[in-house]
Amino acid sequence: MTTSDIALPKARAGLFAGHPMAAYVLTRVRQSVITLFLVSIVVFAGIRALPGDPALALAGEERSPAALAAIRAEYGLDDNIVIQYGRFIGHALTGDLGTSSRTGLPVSDAIGQALPVTLELAALSLLLAVVLGIGAGIVAAVRRGRPAEWIANGLALLGLSVPTFWLGMVLVLAFAIAVPVFAASGYVPFGTDPLDNLRRMVLPAIVLGSGLAAVVMRQTRAAMLDSLSADYVRTARAKGLTRREVIGGHALRNSLVTVVTVLGLQLGHLISGAVVTEQIFVLPGFGKLTIDAVFTRDYATLQGVVLCTSAAYILINLLVDVAYSVIDPRIRLGGAK
Amino acid sequence: MSPNPEAVLSVRDLSVSFRTDARTVHAVDHVSYDLAAGEVLAVVGESGCGKSVTSMAVMGLLPPTAHITGSIRLGTRELAGGDDKAYGKIRGKDIAMIFQEPMTSLNPVLTIGRQIGEVLRRHQGLSKKEARARAVELLDLVGIPAPAQRVDEYPHQLSGGMRQRVMIAIAVACDPAVLIADEPTTALDVTVQAGILEVLQSLRERLGTAIVLITHDLGVVADIADRVLVMYAGRPVEQAPVDELFAAPRHPYTRGLLSAVLRPGASAAADGGGKRRLPEIPGLVPSLDSQPDACTFAPRCARADERCTTARPGFKSDTDDAGDGAPHLAACWHPNTLQEAAQ
Amino acid sequence: MTTALSLTAVRSRAAGSAKLRALRKNRLAMTGGVIAGVFVLAALLAPLVAPYDPAQPDFGNVLAAPDWSHWLGTDDLGRDQLSRVVFGARASMQVGVLAVILAFVVGVPLGLLAGYYGKVADSVVSRVTDTMLAFPFLVLAVGLAAVLGPSLTNATIAIGISQIPAVIRITRAETLRLKHVDYVAAAVANGGGDGTVLFRHILPNATSALVVQATVGIPAAIIGEALLSFLGLGVQPPEPSLGVMLSSAQAFLAPAPWMAVFPGLAVVAATLAFNLLGDGLRDVLDPRGATR
Repeated sequence: MTTSDIALPKARAGLFAGHPMAAYVLTRVRQSVITLFLVSIVVFAGIRALPGDPALALAGEERSPAALAAIRAEYGLDDNIVIQYGRFIGHALTGDLGTSSRTGLPVSDAIGQALPVTLELAALSLLLAVVLGIGAGIVAAVRRGRPAEWIANGLALLGLSVPTFWLGMVLVLAFAIAVPVFAASGYVPFGTDPLDNLRRMVLPAIVLGSGLAAVVMRQTRAAMLDSLSADYVRTARAKGLTRREVIGGHALRNSLVTVVTVLGLQLGHLISGAVVTEQIFVLPGFGKLTIDAVFTRDYATLQGVVLCTSAAYILINLLVDVAYSVIDPRIRLGGAK
Repeated sequence: MSPNPEAVLSVRDLSVSFRTDARTVHAVDHVSYDLAAGEVLAVVGESGCGKSVTSMAVMGLLPPTAHITGSIRLGTRELAGGDDKAYGKIRGKDIAMIFQEPMTSLNPVLTIGRQIGEVLRRHQGLSKKEARARAVELLDLVGIPAPAQRVDEYPHQLSGGMRQRVMIAIAVACDPAVLIADEPTTALDVTVQAGILEVLQSLRERLGTAIVLITHDLGVVADIADRVLVMYAGRPVEQAPVDELFAAPRHPYTRGLLSAVLRPGASAAADGGGKRRLPEIPGLVPSLDSQPDACTFAPRCARADERCTTARPGFKSDTDDAGDGAPHLAACWHPNTLQEAAQ
Repeated sequence: MTTALSLTAVRSRAAGSAKLRALRKNRLAMTGGVIAGVFVLAALLAPLVAPYDPAQPDFGNVLAAPDWSHWLGTDDLGRDQLSRVVFGARASMQVGVLAVILAFVVGVPLGLLAGYYGKVADSVVSRVTDTMLAFPFLVLAVGLAAVLGPSLTNATIAIGISQIPAVIRITRAETLRLKHVDYVAAAVANGGGDGTVLFRHILPNATSALVVQATVGIPAAIIGEALLSFLGLGVQPPEPSLGVMLSSAQAFLAPAPWMAVFPGLAVVAATLAFNLLGDGLRDVLDPRGATR
């Protein structure tokens, strides 16, 4: 993807005339809010579209007439559908996502407990993917046609072809069973015991980060090959800059624009991957919460989790777009000639 | 020929070939020239004649697939065979280059100031602040208005002519002895071209920078060059002081180049836009796959005889040369005599 | 009109054979093609290829290591792993192909619509695509499995739906590009109806990009099926599926690692093969997409 692919909002007259960046961010925020609104409708409608009585669905295993009546009252299921949606959104905005039919506790509490686990996992994986992917991508581009490039390319292809959950099992076999360096399951908060926490998080982070690292590597390599052959890199060399300055200061700087975009697009896969990874390594995060909710037909929790995940996803994409415009002055300042 | 110790840049028997899977291309074939301090040498020829490759070889900017032989002396230092590391200490400091494509030669995501300052910090060890202050001075030097504001702008906010001025500012930042300008005005509007040439002229006068100007625009040559090197199919065919070359070209190829420009009626205006481009000469430029032991221009030359197709002419001065100052060299078995040429 | 038509056809046929030759020269792509072919054959001929009944337990021979009678060993119920891998591959291919077909059947018309008519159609389709993309694949699949109930069919539907946005985007981009290509513009100028232009001129010329998308979509669907089945949201035991096999292997990692290794290798081989083939096709058919 090149910069020209990005739809730039036309500079508006008036308030933002001199601030194309502000206008751009505003447009993106507006788009995100619309998407989020549509997503909430889909989630809301999804639960209501279930065959049969939604009260039955929301009640889960508890099917006594009294319980159903209570649920009907709590969710106001006898009201107009639009009013129901309004109430749903109203509650969601104040952080009230209903009550889990499995535990009887507020859904927001369960999410609050699961969130740090998933965030740590995602952050570690992202770190791994960025460091490994960008590093290998640079090496592959700079050492074009040499063994280093073939190795990097091969690893990337493997990273794309090996399913996360299988990689997880193989790593557990190798590093938790055959040579027990890392732990294969369970979660200890970082604050309680940082070392034990990392011992348990390293394998999941590798599993989750490897696919993303492969994508980042390929993208970095392609972008670096592009910019290394660009005229401004020739200029940089003609200035007598060192190899490191030419590659890091000029070629990489430009390549990062595309790499950041791809990272943003790939974060959805990271969320999907987290679900599986948490399942394999028995981590009490978002993914496990989701799967458990599906199997126990805990629709209130499922509804809350899906809504939160999608909202996070939309928010991340928004941040990526803003980051993108910070890196590229042609977007920040507008008026690319 | 041994290198000239007085020249700031002395190129001897420079040859460049590119090897690909299928064939070897001899892009430059035994080119030699000297450049005196403060001198402007124009290198002219059709596209593909090796004039750009020659200067890229001098700058050490050719890809690793290029095979370079011969000698490139900058002052007392031998550049030929140097790696990127050796070149890194010289490029931008003692020898600099500006390119044909001002629109793409600047990094789009870095400010002008950073791109000028970079070269100062690398070679003169200036601090960020000093480099910025010096960048403003340099922008002023190359005639960019409001330099204190421009220094913080990005390339896309500048016009093509302004960007080329920035490129010149980067090139002269460390006051190099030699500046190579590869078709610096070709991509620009006619009105902007004159401004760029003026900047180059004044730099030569104020800083004493010697300039190698690569061009196919004979008008530009007449305007600012002291001496001219004409290249054809990778080989030098004629070299002379600019007035002498225009007045009395000795190689048939040079005559062909000049004929359209010198012919009455073929004025700049008739050519449209005032550009006096190289005229068409019948025939095709030979492929550069082989290095024939012959004059490469022979297939297109009206004077060609058997010797022209069986022996390569030397690059030498005529014996009845006036002998005052710079020599007039030509690679031809049947060069125009002075009397003939003067007619 | 006729001239424009035949020109288009001639152009694509001549280019087609040249592309095929270029692809044949790409050794990695050919290797991928051969492995993918073996995979497809095994899937088609599973009942003939499999040495045992994949569902037949043998309680006297549980968790047996690979040997000559059971090349890939047996599982916790004594079932032959090789036979289960072959039938699992059958399920994988079935999901891979059907999901991609589903995504194309829905996505291509919508992409054509958005790209060709623009304006309102384009904004509506683009908004819908954005909304679909706002659900990460697995969340979407999990949600669907929750609503529809876990089964092979529903897994296929979930995977197919998750691939629709990509198909829409590619079709739309190709349509936008082709709309302005000379021979398409000529067909429009010559009074070709929308249907003629769309299906005779634009769609055939968008084939390259769509073929490349299919080679990306099939391995993604194979992994998707294994993943959903692994989580218990796809194929239900005792039906053989590579994901189900891996799921049950989890409990026996230490005593019977072969239960985890071979079905996983099968998934990797299949996806690697399609990815190699896809990379080769992309280089040959769609150079613009080479950096994706």
